[in-house]
Amino acid sequence: MNFNGVGVTALAAAVPHTIIDNYKYTEYFPEDQVKEVVDKVGIYQRRFADEKTCSSDLCFAAAEKLIADNDINREEIDLLVFISQTPDYRMPATSVLLQHRLGLPNSTIAFDVNLGCSAFIYGLSIVFSMMQNKGLRKALLLDGETRSKVYSPKDRRSAFLFGDGGVAALIERDDKFGESFFSLNSDGSRGDLIKINGGGYRNPSSIETLKEKVVDEFGNIRSDEQGYMNGGDVFNFVIREIPKDIKKMLAYSGKDLQDFDFYVLHQANNFINSYLAKKLKLDLSKIPTTIAKYGNTSSVSVPLTIVDQLQGKMDGERLLLLSAFGVGMTWATAVVPFVDCKISNIVEV
Amino acid sequence: MDRKNFIEKFAEALEIEEMADLQEATEFRSLEEWDSLAYLNIIAMLDEEYDIQIENAAFKQLRTLGDIIGYIENNQ
Repeated sequence: MNFNGVGVTALAAAVPHTIIDNYKYTEYFPEDQVKEVVDKVGIYQRRFADEKTCSSDLCFAAAEKLIADNDINREEIDLLVFISQTPDYRMPATSVLLQHRLGLPNSTIAFDVNLGCSAFIYGLSIVFSMMQNKGLRKALLLDGETRSKVYSPKDRRSAFLFGDGGVAALIERDDKFGESFFSLNSDGSRGDLIKINGGGYRNPSSIETLKEKVVDEFGNIRSDEQGYMNGGDVFNFVIREIPKDIKKMLAYSGKDLQDFDFYVLHQANNFINSYLAKKLKLDLSKIPTTIAKYGNTSSVSVPLTIVDQLQGKMDGERLLLLSAFGVGMTWATAVVPFVDCKISNIVEV
Repeated sequence: MDRKNFIEKFAEALEIEEMADLQEATEFRSLEEWDSLAYLNIIAMLDEEYDIQIENAAFKQLRTLGDIIGYIENNQ
């Protein structure tokens, strides 16, 4: 897919104020084991939302900051897309609740996108696509996750990875934006690599699904309503598919790796990201990273990394390569030109 | 392929100092050093050294170091 004359004009982000020191996150595992895992994944701090804070609250704070900093007329927001796999309710869609909370008009189109780590790129393509229609003036793409609430602190394979955050992106049509390119992929045969097995309609919530169980020979413990991730198999998948997709995207867009100002990769963990960078021979000085301070915030990680690391570096025209992969499995690569993108200071909630 | 060299690379990936403990018949999942992080290192090593990306299901079938060597030989 490719688009012309549409782009991200402003970005804002919010993170919870509570900082988790990953070395001290849990006393459930011996200190040396914790150190080994934490050093391997390169995640030293994460932000955790409290019991009362949802993804939508983080997105609301980011959106209010975006609206205030850019003096956006709420009446002109014709589209609101909310990306999350940690929504407020099973129904209604969180995007609709945010439409009201943000004081947007009833004529605003609002819907949710339920995808994981690749979802910001999916979301950009959906909004870019709809914005080709001249009837729409401004769009808000909100992306929030509270993954800290999904995983068991007693499952070593996922306990030290995930953090929370929310972002808001303003998307507008403007001739200053050149061509953008998207490659979006899915492989449901690998649906069991990362999953929450219970609590949906296939395996409804019950006393059984809520029970904590020892799940493997390493003594990891979780319930069926907590997420699991088979990290080795995910890594195996990533090194097979991601370099291939990035190369395909370069051929499709007619770009060389040197053409990009920044490569923004999904902040999965430092081991995977370093390996990908090495394999693709990427210039490390062009790879902004937030994995050490925010951990893996799922789909939020790509835009959060832009807000946190590229503020002050996005004046004029900047060409970004975006790449993300995760639960589904889904994976996505995009070539996106940014022109004078206004980046707000990060808000703490 | 150089089997001894593979065993050296395997030992390096798992940070096993005593090479004498590793034979082609060694069942790698029984090694004290084997865990989910070790698995990541082996996947990276196979990709880097042998340009092998192995399907998860296929890897689960492999039990010994000799099995991994066989897989590499059959898939290069």
